[in-house]
Amino acid sequence: MALRVLAAMSGGVDSAVAAARIAEAGHDVTGVHLALSSNPQSYRTGARGCCTIEDSRDARRAADVIGIPFYIWDMAERFHRDVVEDFVSEYAAGRTPNPCLRCNEKIKFEAVLDRALALGFDAVATGHHARLVDGVLSRSVDPAKDQSYVLGVLTREQLSHAIFPLGDSTKAQVREEAARRGLTVADKPDSHDICFIADGNTRAFLADRLGASEGPIVDALSGEVVGTHAGAYGYTVGQRKGLHIDRPAPDGRPRYVLSVEPVSNTVTVGPRTALEVTSIVATRPIWNGPSGEPREQIACTVQLRAHGEVYGCRAQLSGDDLHIELDAPATGVAAGQGAVLYDGDTVIGSATIAAAS
Amino acid sequence: MGTAYLDHAATTPMLPEAVEAMTAQLGQVGNASSLHAAGRRTRRVVEESRETIACAVGARPSEVVFTSGGTEADNLAIKGLFWARKRRRILISAVEHHAGLDPAQWLADRQGATVELLEVDAYGRVHPETLRAAIARDPDDVALVSVMWANNEVGTIQPVQVLAAIAHDHGIPFHTDAVQALGQLPVSFAESGVDAMTISGHKVGGPMGVGALLLARGVDPEPVLHGGGQERDVRSGTLDAPAIAGFAAAVETAVKHRHATAERLSVLRDDLIDRVRQAVPDVILNGDPVDRLPGNAHFSFPGCEGDALLMLLDAKGVECSTGSACSAGVAQPSHVLLAMGQDGARARGSLRFSLGHTSTEADVDRLAEVIGNVVERARRAGLT
Repeated sequence: MALRVLAAMSGGVDSAVAAARIAEAGHDVTGVHLALSSNPQSYRTGARGCCTIEDSRDARRAADVIGIPFYIWDMAERFHRDVVEDFVSEYAAGRTPNPCLRCNEKIKFEAVLDRALALGFDAVATGHHARLVDGVLSRSVDPAKDQSYVLGVLTREQLSHAIFPLGDSTKAQVREEAARRGLTVADKPDSHDICFIADGNTRAFLADRLGASEGPIVDALSGEVVGTHAGAYGYTVGQRKGLHIDRPAPDGRPRYVLSVEPVSNTVTVGPRTALEVTSIVATRPIWNGPSGEPREQIACTVQLRAHGEVYGCRAQLSGDDLHIELDAPATGVAAGQGAVLYDGDTVIGSATIAAAS
Repeated sequence: MGTAYLDHAATTPMLPEAVEAMTAQLGQVGNASSLHAAGRRTRRVVEESRETIACAVGARPSEVVFTSGGTEADNLAIKGLFWARKRRRILISAVEHHAGLDPAQWLADRQGATVELLEVDAYGRVHPETLRAAIARDPDDVALVSVMWANNEVGTIQPVQVLAAIAHDHGIPFHTDAVQALGQLPVSFAESGVDAMTISGHKVGGPMGVGALLLARGVDPEPVLHGGGQERDVRSGTLDAPAIAGFAAAVETAVKHRHATAERLSVLRDDLIDRVRQAVPDVILNGDPVDRLPGNAHFSFPGCEGDALLMLLDAKGVECSTGSACSAGVAQPSHVLLAMGQDGARARGSLRFSLGHTSTEADVDRLAEVIGNVVERARRAGLT
């Protein structure tokens, strides 16, 4: 049955090929570019990521080549409120948010999906590299490009209206297909970093919005103040570079950020071994996989950040908290990041990391 | 599936007379500035076209300056007169097309101009007292006044003749953008008393990429384009003889049939308004209910987003416009509706339907058939 599909088109190669594939499959496809800034220049002037005027033109040109109608939807207010402001306030609270995850959850598969459904569409398609079979999400066949992690926050209801046409292809195959289809974005560079931070300097972006606020950097072993920082929000658990510690540590080893404490504006550092955690508590659980909620402990794997390592673990839901016991210690586990649980390649659920020890 | 094209104010199909006149020239060689036979032949085409247009719009041939279209003509009038007059104040209506507002704003940003927007009433009309009061604040420093003949979005007709007379009381040149008016309203350059008037080819059934600025004798803007000195040094550039021939044929035909076309379109337009009201009882008609372009119907649909309406209508084969300008593709609430005192939500929920020479009852039927469901659906989406 032909579906009415809204294809979100960023202006990049992935979403262009995704739209082309579903149109070719006989669905009634409409391309929509999401304008995430009411003044595109204010976010990005180069061609490094999304949100430029060139990107919206690239998307429109791709839609013309595919032969589908194309519109621009202004999502700037929602994006600013639900993604950018959330990003800033999460950092201010000492956590490390993943804005891409948040954008999928709140913009693409909430604001856009809700509007699309109200307007008579059946589904939203994107160029994410992930597979979706019968509403069950799993990893792309291209492990280097897999984006199932940033989609792991979607509910079953959201996934039931999603289409990811690229999950069975590698990035190289997608580019080759784009060239074959005459899409000029075939060799357009991949986007990186955070799309709304023009120069990639997250600390400066946060400093502009949160202001400088000097505080101590404390060594966890000695309890001594070993340096000062201009704002605890600029640090992330596991971070090693840019600490500007002005004396060597007592054990002579490099120092890593162990914790960020916004109330006392303190950054605590310590040796790498002190970063190791095996026990994680995560909140806001989403159970979107094929199995029910794990009220009993289950054995599975967990990914703790985008493109991060995968750990064997035991997971159990008690109340609204997900308790994860890792089989081997992990480092750099930051509050605010998503913990996505997998059974093999299949996503079974996710939650937001609140604490680790 | 056929479509109902209800966006003639954006562009209207070329008239057969214009296609014929233009294509007859496309295979010919000759630069109207050349001295040899081919040049003379081409010059004759251009000059006859100039005479045809002048005659149709109540001007002298020497008053016609060909341009690449309405935008260039507006730029030439506003920038050119500002530079020539060496005075700071530009008085321009708040509901002008961006081709008028943006050059004025650019002059303010870069060249020391002071732009003063003339307020409009709830129908989008500039009142004579508004202009009188604005001039009186410092009459000697006014470079020019610019008020369009009829508004491209809501269709309201401006009292151009009265406004021009007020400007003339102070010796101030008056420009009007008559792009939408020509072919729909009786337009006479001489009788209106304006000093400069913009017209465009593709809005009257001619080709795109050609237009003209009518300039009364003694009105000498500084040029925007410098080069070969064509068009009495006001607008350099090789004249596009085929486009000019098509433009002239379109103006002549459109003006000749104007009365009958306007009568027919206003009946059709009133029918369109009635039937949209029947389908959507709370719809609001924008612009002057009487003194408006005969082919224009502009509505606000409470609780809807204009771009959602447009998309849903497009899917049903009805082509219209939100009428608002796009900045980087993101629809902004129309400055025209905001100037008329509407709030942002109402301005964003607006659509323009514009009829032209090929419009039929079937187009209106098509719209009437789908508009009720489309509005209902857009309302649901608007509330999410």
